[in-house]
Amino acid sequence: MIDHLIEIVVDDLPALQIAVPLLAATLCIIARRRRTAWVIAMVVAWASFLNAMLILRRVMTEGTISYAEGGWRAPWGIELRIDSLNALVLLIVTGICAIVLTAAPRSLAQEVPRSKHYIVYAVYLLCMTGLAGMTVTGDAFNIFVFLEISSLSSYALISQGSTRRALSSAIQYLIMGTIGGTFILLGIGMIYMVTGTLNIVDMSNQLAAVGPNRAVLVALACIAVGTAIKLALFPLHIWLPNAYTYAPAVVTAFLAATATKVAYYVLLRFVFSVFGVDLAFGALRLDVVLMGLALLAMVAGSIVAIFQHDIKRMLAYSSVAQIGYMVLGLSLVSVAGLTGGIVHLFNHALMKSGLFLVMACVLLRTGSTRLEAFQGLGRRMPITMAAFVVAGLSLIGVPATVGFVSKWYLVTGAIESGHWPVAVVILVSSLLALIYIWRVVEVAYFRPAPEDAPEIGEAPLSLLGPTWLLVGATVFFGIFTSLSVGVASDAARMLLGMMP
Amino acid sequence: MSVTTAVGLAVVWPLIGVALVLLFRRWPNLREAGSLLTSGSLFALVAGVVLPFVQAGGRPRIDLVEILPGLELAFEVEPLGMLFALVASGLWIVTTVYSIGYMRGHNEENQTRFYACFALAIAGAVGVAFAANVFTLFVFYEAITLSTYPLVTHSGTEAAKRAGRVYLGILMGTSVAFLLLALVWTYWAVGTTDFRVGGILAGKVSHRELIILLALYVFGTGKAALMPFHRWLPAAMVAPTPVSALLHAVAVVKAGVFTVLKILVYVFGIDLLAATGASRWLTWVAAFTILAASIIALTKDNLKARLAYSTVSQLSYIVLGGALATSAGVLGGGMHIAMHAFGKITLFFCAGAILVGAHKTEISQMDGLGRRMPYTFGAFFIGSLSVIGLPPTGGSWSKWFLLLGAADAHQWTMMAVLMASSLLSIGYLMPVVARGFFRPPPVDDDHGDAEGHTPDHSAEGSGIHEAPLLCVLPPVFTAFGCIVLFFFADDVYRLLTGIVP
Repeated sequence: MIDHLIEIVVDDLPALQIAVPLLAATLCIIARRRRTAWVIAMVVAWASFLNAMLILRRVMTEGTISYAEGGWRAPWGIELRIDSLNALVLLIVTGICAIVLTAAPRSLAQEVPRSKHYIVYAVYLLCMTGLAGMTVTGDAFNIFVFLEISSLSSYALISQGSTRRALSSAIQYLIMGTIGGTFILLGIGMIYMVTGTLNIVDMSNQLAAVGPNRAVLVALACIAVGTAIKLALFPLHIWLPNAYTYAPAVVTAFLAATATKVAYYVLLRFVFSVFGVDLAFGALRLDVVLMGLALLAMVAGSIVAIFQHDIKRMLAYSSVAQIGYMVLGLSLVSVAGLTGGIVHLFNHALMKSGLFLVMACVLLRTGSTRLEAFQGLGRRMPITMAAFVVAGLSLIGVPATVGFVSKWYLVTGAIESGHWPVAVVILVSSLLALIYIWRVVEVAYFRPAPEDAPEIGEAPLSLLGPTWLLVGATVFFGIFTSLSVGVASDAARMLLGMMP
Repeated sequence: MSVTTAVGLAVVWPLIGVALVLLFRRWPNLREAGSLLTSGSLFALVAGVVLPFVQAGGRPRIDLVEILPGLELAFEVEPLGMLFALVASGLWIVTTVYSIGYMRGHNEENQTRFYACFALAIAGAVGVAFAANVFTLFVFYEAITLSTYPLVTHSGTEAAKRAGRVYLGILMGTSVAFLLLALVWTYWAVGTTDFRVGGILAGKVSHRELIILLALYVFGTGKAALMPFHRWLPAAMVAPTPVSALLHAVAVVKAGVFTVLKILVYVFGIDLLAATGASRWLTWVAAFTILAASIIALTKDNLKARLAYSTVSQLSYIVLGGALATSAGVLGGGMHIAMHAFGKITLFFCAGAILVGAHKTEISQMDGLGRRMPYTFGAFFIGSLSVIGLPPTGGSWSKWFLLLGAADAHQWTMMAVLMASSLLSIGYLMPVVARGFFRPPPVDDDHGDAEGHTPDHSAEGSGIHEAPLLCVLPPVFTAFGCIVLFFFADDVYRLLTGIVP
């Protein structure tokens, strides 16, 4: 009996990934109490993380999971389809969700009125529902629906920032995000027009039969533009710096590590699983366009980051550059390149959410994340700043950190395909990262705190713990790469159609 | 203890030193005892356990973790690395003794951080020495850069910060932009980055690629201070003198030239280089650096700056030795790592002792100082002889082999360069000694250096007035070492013969 029950539950794991947070979000609203809502959200977030681990393990042992929602078989019913690629994305998204949520109460208390906390937790869970939904679904229209769920809730989260600029940033993101969503919907609609199906696997089969006609190419272009906006690919990134800067610190840590990553996943899924390499890179030459933009993003994002005075904003521009790395991996269209792109999705999520949690610590104690606020922090908040240095080194790509692993694969991919200048740009961009990270390190360790600065202590454990968990992970996965690189290279092979 | 355990242990041993230093941060005497204890035991471990095994032809290997397929953190000890580890761990002891005298005599702040970072840098150096592949070497190479950064910027002044920027910018910049690229390229072309006798690149890359790859490697190793990437070394002169000793003799630049030599021998293979002539251009770059840096050294009045440029010049001897692609050249280069380490550390110790004892930094102020500080200046004289390459000091042997290597390769120009450089080094080192011993001390002594004065003017110019004992003993000891190396050069030579086919 119990075995039977467990079997049913195990089979339903993918569906639970969506259903549970969705229900829990409403529970948070019903509870109306700050602490209760947080506990509910915590339980759900960590359970989702655990669930994602189980799913990943199952995918690694049994291969792709296909789950028919409501028992309706694909392609008529809605299918949840999880392979090594989205299992990894799901793992990192739910993992970051849970870890950042653990750090949330103290940091939120500073920026958001306490009476609104329960709503924040509810919306946070909704956002997580949307992101997880986009990741696990095997249905193109479903992707759009979940995209809108996650987008709408992220606008709401960003608008909770303590300054008035948060509102305008949320609106800016809302406008850009809606344009992006519309493009994606247009694209999906056109494929539906051509193929008459919304199931991704089915779409892919039908499209292969149709070949490159104009409607298909326009659909691909629409989806590429739409996802490019959502993942903040240069020069469509303009919503990102403001949104990241003015959102509450934990919200930034959460969104920076998840929203753009899932958008990148959607791009991968459409380009490789739906349209296929021949169509995307043969008929449309998407690789050339994406490579150019990715390189621009890597250089321009890093250079702009060097000149920022607000460190949160600096990290936002650094994200623009790092997204360039991921897209570059895609545009190389090789196992090494794609592995680099996917593994950087994983790695960058760890580093950036870690760094943004450091920002939350600094903000909590000094009340600002401007460069001046970092004066003397090397002495005043040694544990926090050590986390910044380690995660920063990872961003630069020092060996024995995750950044090095990503860079390794991207450079290998570039050399392999004979793109020598690209390899050089990758390395130059990491030197630019050295400059913007070291600017902060110098101020923190060499400039004494101003005379009139108030006495401040180290950040509370509830913030430091999650921060160091993430920062520690950047070192751990820099040395033990079998999980991240193993799954990512599996996924890369699968996307390129050479299943091991 | 099995010898592989000893190899692994040697790399983490200095970290115990870090722990001890941090643990005893409130009790300076205990803290320094911790440093001394770790350095002494590390040397015992390296010289007592690993050395005999390697001398007997053993190559102890230990594999730690495979980071990516075919790319692992692993250690394997071969003679060149053995020599470097011996130099680094041996001179760490002396430098620690000296640091105690200097840092206390000079009332430096943040001494705990200083000793901790120092030990970290040594861990990096041992890791570089024992690395079994280019990847491992790269990891520890970067670790040295990062752990020495707080040492270079120790004083925290604006000048130190600027120097730190140059230091980190050039070392990190070259290593990420060139060395990492070369590393990925090698891995991609060969499928491994292991150091193997005879090299791994033969037949894997074309001639043109070989030259580009070599350029990426040697310029990527910024610590070798090959022009035009040498600026960080003079810039780092703002650091306390023991740090300069560490940079110039123990860990940093030696890690650089060691890396170059090791890559030339074990990645390219000197046979391949000799057959293809791929390193011909490198001999010219090295020759240029040797001469140009010597000439710049002549123009410097600041003693430490002069020594810094002397180091830039001497490092290129080692690069030249490898680039000649003859056995004698490589052996000479390898020996010069040890010989120059002893010579240059002596000179820096003396420069620091002069600073602590007489508060002088400019050579033009050192007239007659030798009479007040005879031991310091005596040691300086012997260290100079070794750097110049005159008997009875160890430096004469390495220079001898380098000349031999140039002759073997029929590189007469390079022989001329080596000769000319010896003359130039006489020109920039001997005046210091001559001023100290033969010029009369300045009669009128009010040059505004008020704080450095002893109140009784009668003591000026007469009587012995050395720096604290702990600042004087180490240079005397290393100067003695220079002479010992002259008589025992054969042991070094025999250890190193294992590296050439």
